[in-house]
Amino acid sequence: MPVSAWDVFLLVLRRELTLSFRRPDQLVQPLVFFVIVTTLFPLGLSVQLSLLREMAPAVLWVAALLASLLSLDALFKSDAEDGTLEQLVLSGQGLYVIVVAKTLAHWLVSGAALLLVSPLVATALAIPLAAFPTMLLSLSLGTLTLSWLGAIGAGLTVGLKRGNVLISLIVLPLAMPLLIFGAGATDRAIAGTSALGACYLLAALCVLTCTLAPFAAAAALEVTLE
Amino acid sequence: MWTWFYRLASPPYVYRVAALWLPWLLGGALLTIGYGLIDGLVFAPPDYQQGDAFRIIYVHAPSAWLSLFAYVTMAVAGGIGLIWRIKIGHAVAAASAPIGASFTLAALVTGSLWGRPMWGTYWAWDPRLTSELILLFLYVGVMALRSAFDDPNRGDRAAALLAVVGVVNVPIIHFSVVWWNSLHQGATVAKLGKPQMPGSMLWPLLAMLLGFMLFYGAVLCIRLRGEVLNRERQSAWVREAIKS
Repeated sequence: MPVSAWDVFLLVLRRELTLSFRRPDQLVQPLVFFVIVTTLFPLGLSVQLSLLREMAPAVLWVAALLASLLSLDALFKSDAEDGTLEQLVLSGQGLYVIVVAKTLAHWLVSGAALLLVSPLVATALAIPLAAFPTMLLSLSLGTLTLSWLGAIGAGLTVGLKRGNVLISLIVLPLAMPLLIFGAGATDRAIAGTSALGACYLLAALCVLTCTLAPFAAAAALEVTLE
Repeated sequence: MWTWFYRLASPPYVYRVAALWLPWLLGGALLTIGYGLIDGLVFAPPDYQQGDAFRIIYVHAPSAWLSLFAYVTMAVAGGIGLIWRIKIGHAVAAASAPIGASFTLAALVTGSLWGRPMWGTYWAWDPRLTSELILLFLYVGVMALRSAFDDPNRGDRAAALLAVVGVVNVPIIHFSVVWWNSLHQGATVAKLGKPQMPGSMLWPLLAMLLGFMLFYGAVLCIRLRGEVLNRERQSAWVREAIKS
């Protein structure tokens, strides 16, 4: 019986999500990391509300980038180690669909989970409530883009033993525009001006990566697994 | 008519041709850089605002231009190697990466030396400086990825893929200059957009640009010959070539 790409997508997505929820500690660790990193900054700075508010977007975004990076290493690695990835590649289904499903699953358990925690962190960083919608929108677009970029990095380094540092080296330069627009949007929202421009650009980056990055990530997997 | 082009895919042929090109490229580079340095550093008039410090441009601008040129060369060569599985493409990419990284570093260092007297600081988080720094990180990432693999074939193809992905990012970084500026207004930038330069200043600069291109070509030839020898060290023709 032929299987449609949609079936494959749903199957892989469900498998990934099930696996993630079976290992809740790995789910929670990046979030705890995110909270800890963001609380380190107010402790390091002298607690002046105005200073904190100025730093808040940068702190929030850098911490989000690092927290997402932390879980990227596992995107393909455990599947590559136990041979599942090779079976997926050999299954004859397009690698593109599999990469899309795995990356979306990764975003749901890392990026989207980050969104749930971010209001708490934002409150701690003295970001005003009025800036929350923009912050959440920009963070959701940003973390999704980062997951696509990270899929490329994870695909390129999946066969390597010491790939963890290399992923950061590969992904972080690519993610710099993200940080610029993301922190910019949050900054503007805090200042009370329209952050639409930066959000549009973030959305454009997101569309660009979610259409093109799976091709690159699939090609990377083919290179490293062959 | 295309045979000369197809033959460029053959390592022994490239090894020989690179040796033939080398003296011409090197000679041309010496001549043009020599003229550019003498004319630029000695005969060109000092700038009415920047004085003699502006002469750093004769090293800085060509380095910055070559840092981008070498990256695109690397990405295109890597792409050729990736798509058509032409080994020499990967060899060119591997040879080009350290040269491009060096040019990037040179552009950053000369830029900050220029920034000290002009802006009063070695480094500013100015979009142009930052994008050049990102370029350096991209180079480092590509080189690190290539050397991280035990199997050189995989390393080549992974690095080529990353280089191609990075080239998509280069225009994004470049345009972010404009957007970033609009967010952080009032950055002090020495824009090189369309410099209204008199000929006495412009000609040495163009000569230096050409000279740097030729120099890049010459170094690329040398490095490429080394790469080809190293990659083909198991084959019979290398033994022949080394013996003779």
